[in-house]
Amino acid sequence: MANCKYDWPEAKDRKLIGKRISRIDGHEKASGRARYTFDMNPGNLLFGKILRSPYAHAKIKSVDTSEAEKLPGVVSVVVMKPVGKEPQPEIQWAGDEIAAVAATREEIAEDAIRKIKVEYDPLPFFVNEEDLSQAEGHTKPAVTEKKGDPEKAFQDPDVVTSEGYYGVPVITHCCLETHGHVVDWPDSKSLRVYASTQGVSAIGGQFADPLEIRADDVNIICNYVGGGFGSKFAVDTWGIAAAKLSKSAGGKPVKLLLERDHELLVAGARPSAFAKVRVAAKKDGTLVAWDSESWGTGGMGGSGVPPIPYPFHDKFPNFSRKHTFVSTNIGPSRAWRAPNHPQACLITMGAIDDLAAKLNMDPVELLMKNADLAPDPTLAKYYREELEVAAKLADWHKNWHPRPDKTAGTVKRGLGVSLHTWGGNPHAGNCAVSIHPDGSVEVKLGSQDLGTGTRTVIAIVVAETLGLPVDAVKVTIGDSKYPPDGPSGGSTTVGGVSGSTRRGAVNARDAFFAAIAPALGAKPEDLEAVDWHVRVKGNAAKTLTWKQACAKLGVKSIEATGAQKPRYTTEEQKTECVLNSGGVGGVQIADVSVDTETGIVRMNRMVAAQDCGLIIDLKTAESQVHGALIMGVCYALYEEKIMDRQTGRMLNPNMEFYKLAGIGDVGELVVHMMTGPGYDERGVIGLGEPPVISPGAAISNAVANAIGVRVPTLPLTPDKVLAAIEKGGMA
Amino acid sequence: MQAFEYARPTTAEAAVALLGSQWGDSEVLAGGTDLVSLMKDYVVSPKRLVSLKDIKSLGGIEYKPKSGLRLGATVTFQELLDSPEIARNYPALVQAAQGVTSPQIRSRGTVGGDLCQRPRCWYFRLGYGLLAQSDGKPLVPDGDNRYHAILGNEGPAYFVNPSSLAPILIALGAKVRVQGQQGVREVSLHNFFITPKSAEEREYALQPNEMLTDILVPPPEGIHMALYEVRQKEALDWPLAAAAVAFKLSGGKVDDPRVVLGHVAPVPWPSLEAEHALEGNTVGEASADEAGKAAVSRATPLSKNAYKVKLAHVAVKRAILAAAKGGANA
Ligand SMILES: Cc1cc2nc3c(=O)[nH]c(=O)nc-3n(C[C@H](O)[C@H](O)[C@H](O)COP(=O)(O)OP(=O)(O)OC[C@H]3O[C@@H](n4cnc5c(N)ncnc54)[C@H](O)[C@@H]3O)c2cc1C
Repeated sequence: MANCKYDWPEAKDRKLIGKRISRIDGHEKASGRARYTFDMNPGNLLFGKILRSPYAHAKIKSVDTSEAEKLPGVVSVVVMKPVGKEPQPEIQWAGDEIAAVAATREEIAEDAIRKIKVEYDPLPFFVNEEDLSQAEGHTKPAVTEKKGDPEKAFQDPDVVTSEGYYGVPVITHCCLETHGHVVDWPDSKSLRVYASTQGVSAIGGQFADPLEIRADDVNIICNYVGGGFGSKFAVDTWGIAAAKLSKSAGGKPVKLLLERDHELLVAGARPSAFAKVRVAAKKDGTLVAWDSESWGTGGMGGSGVPPIPYPFHDKFPNFSRKHTFVSTNIGPSRAWRAPNHPQACLITMGAIDDLAAKLNMDPVELLMKNADLAPDPTLAKYYREELEVAAKLADWHKNWHPRPDKTAGTVKRGLGVSLHTWGGNPHAGNCAVSIHPDGSVEVKLGSQDLGTGTRTVIAIVVAETLGLPVDAVKVTIGDSKYPPDGPSGGSTTVGGVSGSTRRGAVNARDAFFAAIAPALGAKPEDLEAVDWHVRVKGNAAKTLTWKQACAKLGVKSIEATGAQKPRYTTEEQKTECVLNSGGVGGVQIADVSVDTETGIVRMNRMVAAQDCGLIIDLKTAESQVHGALIMGVCYALYEEKIMDRQTGRMLNPNMEFYKLAGIGDVGELVVHMMTGPGYDERGVIGLGEPPVISPGAAISNAVANAIGVRVPTLPLTPDKVLAAIEKGGMA
Repeated sequence: MQAFEYARPTTAEAAVALLGSQWGDSEVLAGGTDLVSLMKDYVVSPKRLVSLKDIKSLGGIEYKPKSGLRLGATVTFQELLDSPEIARNYPALVQAAQGVTSPQIRSRGTVGGDLCQRPRCWYFRLGYGLLAQSDGKPLVPDGDNRYHAILGNEGPAYFVNPSSLAPILIALGAKVRVQGQQGVREVSLHNFFITPKSAEEREYALQPNEMLTDILVPPPEGIHMALYEVRQKEALDWPLAAAAVAFKLSGGKVDDPRVVLGHVAPVPWPSLEAEHALEGNTVGEASADEAGKAAVSRATPLSKNAYKVKLAHVAVKRAILAAAKGGANA
């Protein structure tokens, strides 16, 4: 695809793309100057708080807010579950919203919600789904699928079959910045919202109907987000409540960000998945048959279905599977970084690892052998290369041993491997690029930086295109006034913003060259912008500094736009060029130590080999993988939304018993990004989600390798590790 | 959080005079790392807080070889950790403070607050009362009791005492000084902790208008000591089980051992069984393991915490081995 005008520069011409560049807002964040939604404290601020149901399932008979309204300092009250109209409001999880209060002080608002009188009719509830035999009346078939003839394949006397049970409980998103908004009404028809969101350009419309205003009268602002992971695409009932509280307070700003416990109760949960699996291979390790019966809950509604056997679903020769939804009163689920994939990965890679043990085979070898089951041949090739790179970085051939670790002592070491895939195609988006006579360059778009490095990537693309240093480009995002950009979900952002800003910057550059070429006595196509200069190609005498060249614009700035469409026809590709694609692979190896007397698992090392096409910023790409590995250690070893079957409530809605790793718990992280010929040609591909898919499986496999027996479900807590050892391990 | 009165007396006598005669009227505020969370969660809603901040006599660390150590109630974890005398003479106390890995809690949390902090039982913290009951029915036995008691858990209390300092202080024979309306009394720390029979009681032997002023630890002469906490994480977390041991060795044999378990019972749990098993023995893998086994011989795990029996056993074994290895204080 050479010579398409927007194409990424050739490797030899790249000055910035693919280098290790520090994030441009790093100082802001590290010094505390970056203002997150939680930091917005405009004058006259009111504080919003929400009363929530303590019952997991109940009808509401009445809500009486009169006592709360009387409390000095309370300014407005909104009932979120109004009683009176049929049907009677019904609560389906503990923590569901009943009413909201805005007051002049936070403590007054807290006291006020406790003065609201609610009459409940408690109803039976169901909150524990792992034991499917107890779930009668709460299940719904989700998927039944069959391919080839699995039963026949299992019966082949030459195959080896492994049977096992694997599972992942419901976990929460636990965003460090909780969900919520700071809202005010500049006038009676327009709403200004500081939101903690993954969709600056996308969410305004959600306010329109409930508040009877126009979507374009809603201004969403979000400069920094303290974590979203898929849970921040909705303005939620509390966003609407905040706007109503503000409205009835005469438009004064209302700050309503969730309390920590509410964040864990209602603002995001990843569905569980449990599975009974049979998997078979020929004696040489060739996978031939899969059979699974799986179930999981995502609250009352359905949840996604884990795409097992993963990632071999499409090519697996013979398989049958059945998945059942279980409805529970635990609160709704939301997309969690690579929805359904970490669950599918643990189930499949765990089962395959157990099969490798039964075959007496090195699991890296077994995966190598079956790499052609990958969705496409490119990915198969990537898997082979990544298995090799990861094995080398983990010193696999030296450190791996057949199960269990037979060395003396109570602490056993083990290694485990897993692989994964994800899409990462771009979202649609727009941008505006300006080049001003004073030499300044600005790019504006209604995007958001979730901490992934989006700002930095945009700056690099524009700077590379205009031959500038990164800090010469001003990146303005985080406001719905700017050209709309897609929401950040599905690892679509880097593809989306790099596509639109590359096109926008090329368009700006071409318009700029056209405007100043006469002054240089050259044709626009003879100009090039490199190293902060504009020059006539092959004529060193005709060189201007960037500033001098911009001064030639007189008083008129260059204003250009760029767009990334969701997809392009073959015809469009000729002029719009192909800047991105989708479909990545990755391999991870975990190295752990297990104290067999206490069941405590310690991370020695996580190794990740990951591809994602053309990498714009190697440093922020590596950071994404580091973050994913840390998140992976958390859900592999610690995280669980613990529900009480007697009260229907979550028992650990705090960061004390909802455990997360600290820096001392994550071990050494080794990240290798696959780049260069064979990878870069694919254009830019998203990376946020893929590296969080494998850690659970790799760590579970490593523990099995250490102690010689599978700990069936995550998290790998001491009680479960000890129970597994007692049942059949090497204790 | 309900509005409250804030008092800042300058003497211990004035402080107790400001305390009410019923639990819940007023609370003593030390570092506030536990109390303020309890208030924000409306688990306690005192009408008055009596801050210890301005009471100079409650601070200070003094060590004298003859009389031992005095820790003022408002000494922080960090002050304890920074004391060269404690490091030299009571290494296990340092281990205990090191377990609290949060710098914030280390610099605000006090030793008095550590001993008087309230249980972390999640039912208690969700508002089901100290004994975790709903409509008179105890929630722990049939609920999620993975972190609850395995000893002394015949009810109605099932929580575990959360203090990291208490087990080792009890093993070292510490006493506490209590200021009351009538004056000062001394109580052995062992007797300071009690298992409440009703939700209106507290987990320690203070009257509502009394407070803890000093911790007194006997001289450590010739004592081998260690604390072993089983912790899943390095980052701030609670131990799943802990054991503190202190003993002398005479002619290679254990003399007068003290073994106190933590996080296994509503009170720090001195284990006479483990002490008997250890007494007169040489210290080695086998005898330490025997003592560990003895320590949990009467454990009655609940539905989800049998694993803690094993953890407590291992904690005792490892603490004994560490103490023997650590050498005695001269
Ligand atoms: C996630 C987490 C993990 C933790 N892990 C540990 C751990 O592993 N080990 C551990 O020991 N602790 C741990 N802590 C608890 C911490 O040590 C306590 O919060 C702290 O010791 C309390 O001290 P404070 O001075 O802040 O007490 P405050 O919060 O001020 O008081 C606590 C209670 O004691 C009472 N009180 C305080 N001082 C006195 C006094 N002199 N006389 C009478 N009553 C008094 C108060 O009225 C209140 O009821 C942890 C805490 C958290 C949040």
